Amino acid sequence: MKPVPFKYTQASTWKDAVSLLGEYGEDAKLLAGGQTLVPAMNFRLARPNALIDLNTISNSAYTKTTDTHICIGGLARHIQFDVPLTDGPLREFLPRVSRHIAHVPIRMRGTFAGSLAHADPASEWCALIVSLDGTIVAEGSFGEREIEAKEFFVSALTTSLTNNEVIREVRLPLLDEGWFCGFQEFSRRAGDFALAIVIAHLKINQGVIEAARICIGGVGVVPFRAASAESELVGHSPNSGIFTRAGEAASILADPIEDPHATGSYRCDLVKTLVPRALSEASTLAGLKI
Amino acid sequence: MIMSGNRHNIKLNINGTVHDVEVDARRTLVDTLRDKCGLTGTHIGCEHGVCGACTVLVDGVPVRSCLMFAVQAEDKKIRTVEGLADEGRFSLIQQAFHDYHALQCGFCTPGMLMLATWLVEREAAVADEELREVIASNLCRCTGYQNILRAVRAVLDGENP
Amino acid sequence: MSVIGQPLKRLEDRDLLLGEGQFAADYTFSDQLYMRVVRSTIAHGILRGIDVSEAKRLGGVVEVWTGKDIGHLPPIDFRLHKLQNLPLCRQHVLAQDKVRYVGDPVAVVFAEDPYVAEDAADLVYVEVDPLEPIMDATRPPGEFAPGVSTEPAVVEKSYGDVEAALDEAAHVFEFEFHVGRHTGNALETRGANVFYNAELDRLEFFGAAKVPHFNRAAIAEMLGLNREQIQLFEGHVGGGFGVRGELYPEDVLCSYAALQMKRPVKWIEDRFENLMAANHSREQVFRLRVGVDKTGFILGLENEFFTSQGAYIRTHGATVTDLAAAMLPGPYLVPSYRTQGRVRLTNKTPCGTYRSPGRYESTFARERLLDLIANRLDLDPIEVRRRNFIMSNLMPYSRGIVNHGTPLVYDSGDYALLLDKILDRIAYEDLQKTLEERRVAGEMVGLGAAYFVEKSGLGPYDDVRIEMDRDARIEIITGVASIGQGVETVMAQICADGLGVDYETIRVTHGQTDRIERGMGAFASRVTVMTGSAVAEAAAKLRERLVGTAAERLQLPASELSISDGNITANGDREGPSIPVVDAVSATLDEVGGDVLSVETTFEATHMTYPYGVHIAIVKVDPATAGVEIERYIVAYDIGKSVNPMLVEGQIAGGMAQGIGGALYEEFLYSDEGQPLSATFADYLWPTAKEVPDVETLVTEDAPSGTNPLGLKGAGEGGINASGAAIASAVGHAIGDPEAITRLPISPLRLHEIIKNLRSE
Repeated sequence: MKPVPFKYTQASTWKDAVSLLGEYGEDAKLLAGGQTLVPAMNFRLARPNALIDLNTISNSAYTKTTDTHICIGGLARHIQFDVPLTDGPLREFLPRVSRHIAHVPIRMRGTFAGSLAHADPASEWCALIVSLDGTIVAEGSFGEREIEAKEFFVSALTTSLTNNEVIREVRLPLLDEGWFCGFQEFSRRAGDFALAIVIAHLKINQGVIEAARICIGGVGVVPFRAASAESELVGHSPNSGIFTRAGEAASILADPIEDPHATGSYRCDLVKTLVPRALSEASTLAGLKI
Repeated sequence: MIMSGNRHNIKLNINGTVHDVEVDARRTLVDTLRDKCGLTGTHIGCEHGVCGACTVLVDGVPVRSCLMFAVQAEDKKIRTVEGLADEGRFSLIQQAFHDYHALQCGFCTPGMLMLATWLVEREAAVADEELREVIASNLCRCTGYQNILRAVRAVLDGENP
Repeated sequence: MSVIGQPLKRLEDRDLLLGEGQFAADYTFSDQLYMRVVRSTIAHGILRGIDVSEAKRLGGVVEVWTGKDIGHLPPIDFRLHKLQNLPLCRQHVLAQDKVRYVGDPVAVVFAEDPYVAEDAADLVYVEVDPLEPIMDATRPPGEFAPGVSTEPAVVEKSYGDVEAALDEAAHVFEFEFHVGRHTGNALETRGANVFYNAELDRLEFFGAAKVPHFNRAAIAEMLGLNREQIQLFEGHVGGGFGVRGELYPEDVLCSYAALQMKRPVKWIEDRFENLMAANHSREQVFRLRVGVDKTGFILGLENEFFTSQGAYIRTHGATVTDLAAAMLPGPYLVPSYRTQGRVRLTNKTPCGTYRSPGRYESTFARERLLDLIANRLDLDPIEVRRRNFIMSNLMPYSRGIVNHGTPLVYDSGDYALLLDKILDRIAYEDLQKTLEERRVAGEMVGLGAAYFVEKSGLGPYDDVRIEMDRDARIEIITGVASIGQGVETVMAQICADGLGVDYETIRVTHGQTDRIERGMGAFASRVTVMTGSAVAEAAAKLRERLVGTAAERLQLPASELSISDGNITANGDREGPSIPVVDAVSATLDEVGGDVLSVETTFEATHMTYPYGVHIAIVKVDPATAGVEIERYIVAYDIGKSVNPMLVEGQIAGGMAQGIGGALYEEFLYSDEGQPLSATFADYLWPTAKEVPDVETLVTEDAPSGTNPLGLKGAGEGGINASGAAIASAVGHAIGDPEAITRLPISPLRLHEIIKNLRSE
């Protein structure tokens, strides 16, 4: 389990990374945290001719919070989300999600942006950014462009990034007061890839759901918003009946993947039961008892 | 770093000692520690980041040295199991592993010790749940973990067994 | 105070804690070559050709061999249990004409660097005409080779008149149980470093484990050497569990290469290889037919079972099948019994033993059976067990069958007493009441209990030599091996107890074939019992010599003398006449000559010894996800006599964690085409600290063994034995159907289906 030979270069800026990508061609790979890429290389499933190390780009691991967004530098590590980065509904929520990502030593190296670029169907961050309608800022040979999260994930392990683009920043919109968040996932063991992930955000005003976002990860080839489930909820006061209906609606939308740990129908059943739980969790944070 | 082709001459600062080594770009940090620096205390268990046998501290935090290339570790402070004891005297965490029978075959032990060392040196309160979560980062096939948890807890609590 | 029975800290720890261990990968020889095995990627097929030309041309590559190059080497022979046609199904060190599992070694590369060796292995092109693989051991057998069936042996055992028993039974029930394929893969992968020592004209093999003496003889035989021309040296071993240390193709390849090329050869297995090349285990299907009377007493039991042996018969022969056949009745009387164990080859990784081999599986089947009988007859499952126990007044109890080559005689045991003790300890009635209340409140919680009998202390012999030099330094030289279990500490404790010296001053040598002529090694929970007994006898002999000399010098009867703190004194009186041990040993040596006072003993045993215990699991099932959480886990274990309770509890806790793996997480799955689906640690799931609860233990010494002077029984396997059974029982209880769980592991995928079906009924 040793990687094939490759050329190693260090990028000093994002532009530098892009020009190196141009130089080494499509078999080159960007190295961020390496927590997914290097295992794939050790198994020789990935055989890059060159690695362009992004870790040497200065000031790239930041997280900064503006009035409207959390801006995440391309090299920010998962572990940075283990502690609150903002006030408001995401304050406790991001650490709750982050702590489900693998284990501490992996979170120390793995990056938020790297997770998005890898686009594993079971990635928590991929589901999160879709749930929040975040933006990916990519640097390419023609400069910078912004990609909406919903346009970003094309299929399993495939994004709309081109071969010579690199994620330099990710922007997560903040949620206003009045939003409440729930997170549920099921995995075989602590830290394993999830068999299903549900992220639910509810805007609750005077006991009534004004807006809802439900995002399902780990089930289809890409994370998806369950629009029909969301519309089941809007205008109602939170109750277990509509939560169950939302779960059923979401599971109907799923086009599930299969692997030795979970069949498609098991994944759909997980969605059916995890959606109501995530919704209950959000409602409980709103001080409502379901 | 001086490179010619895919080969690189690098300096690695390991336990306070600088090692000059020549490595291929593809040589992982753990292979370099073991084969080029003679530090075989860090073990290889899976080479895909799951088992944690190769856990070392890099700039103060635990990382999988099978998932990092040696060339990436230049200019960083690396700590391995060989650096824990002070002239043969156990560190607190080593002593606790001995006292609480937290090792059997000893193969996971260096990785566990480094993980635990990070945890106790943070000097932050650690709830039992978090302790379990952190120790769950690494695999052990012999102990069933409970004595490892006890040993680390004892050091966190400042117990002198 | 006796040091036997004290929770003393381990002698082994220091090197391991300092990072100064010497594991297989830690050896380095100058000028060494790195070996890399090319493995079949096809489960079953005719080997048409192997193109090694490109690999040979790669810079840094020294040699590449295929099966043709080493076709003269015989296949690897058995260490245990040769039976019927098994020899026809042994594994060659490189595949000859057929490949039979994904992972089957087909070629081997030697290079100057491990990275280059792997590059070269990538350039070896193997041409195979695929054949249909056999993946299910319960399907009709096929052909291993022309005229050789994939059922090379059937293990049969019986006593009593089963037909008559089933005829007269009030009820006859039939059940089928499945135990998944999993194994004891250790954290350290396999490895070997072989070096041709020209000066001594011998091969030296570093990184040996488990059975160095046996492997020395086997390699010598295969390579046409005499025994003196090869020595094996054990360093630290990163876990054994039955799997590590058996003789594998890679060990022989490495040895042969070192001999041929006269260069040191190093081979370190990677994890991907480890999960498809080192022995798998378990995977059995039991079909039971049981006749009971109205009270649930078993009158007769019939068992046909299938072992999915994998592609070849390796060193263990039919061991696992044999043990399952013999141990299935467990602690119960079962007046009549007949079993047929079908050894079936399948196109999967070959199987061997894994901690509690044949018992983890048969205990699962038996204890499920007891639960199901109780359910069918609406009886309390604990009560049904009590009714079936072999009563203590029948001990020692002979079953009249053979187990692992020895007559199956339970040496001692009070099964009911231990059950009473543990139920009392956990306040069983109250606990059940609490669980019932929680179930009424809507939680899926349940308790499962499973009883087991282990076996330990396999003979036939163990040799020990104790040496004391003129400075009274002690070395114990044994023919056993250490796989991480604490052998050195335990042997030193037993020796220290006999000699009245500090255990920390004693050096224990094991696994060095040049230090002692023969040795059995470490398996079958035999070390403490067999080697420990030999050490006790040798220590007594040495003590007799020293005290004898002192008696002459002090002019006192030997019976009045004792050794403590380095002095031989009269009845422990420090003020009275005494002689330092150093002087006694020197005086003895002056008489007999030499610089080392050496005593040797051989301990022999024709019977094994049988510890027993109970596992109790309390689990909570999440009905939505079908995830299982173990809330509490309790193990009661009677091991006759505990040398070091701290180590015994460590063995139990570690065994339990592995048992949880087999019960809930670990399974080698294959596609229909025979592709392994669990060849990474992301798919083959060891439990982590989050999944394993702290175990509560009750270790008792109510039934010391009569087979050895200290009353010892082995403690290595009781922690795992009944874990699958107890967890299955608890999960069944939790989901409200005691009969629902018939297959391990209880993966969430399977449990989800079961719960769904229960709800739709």
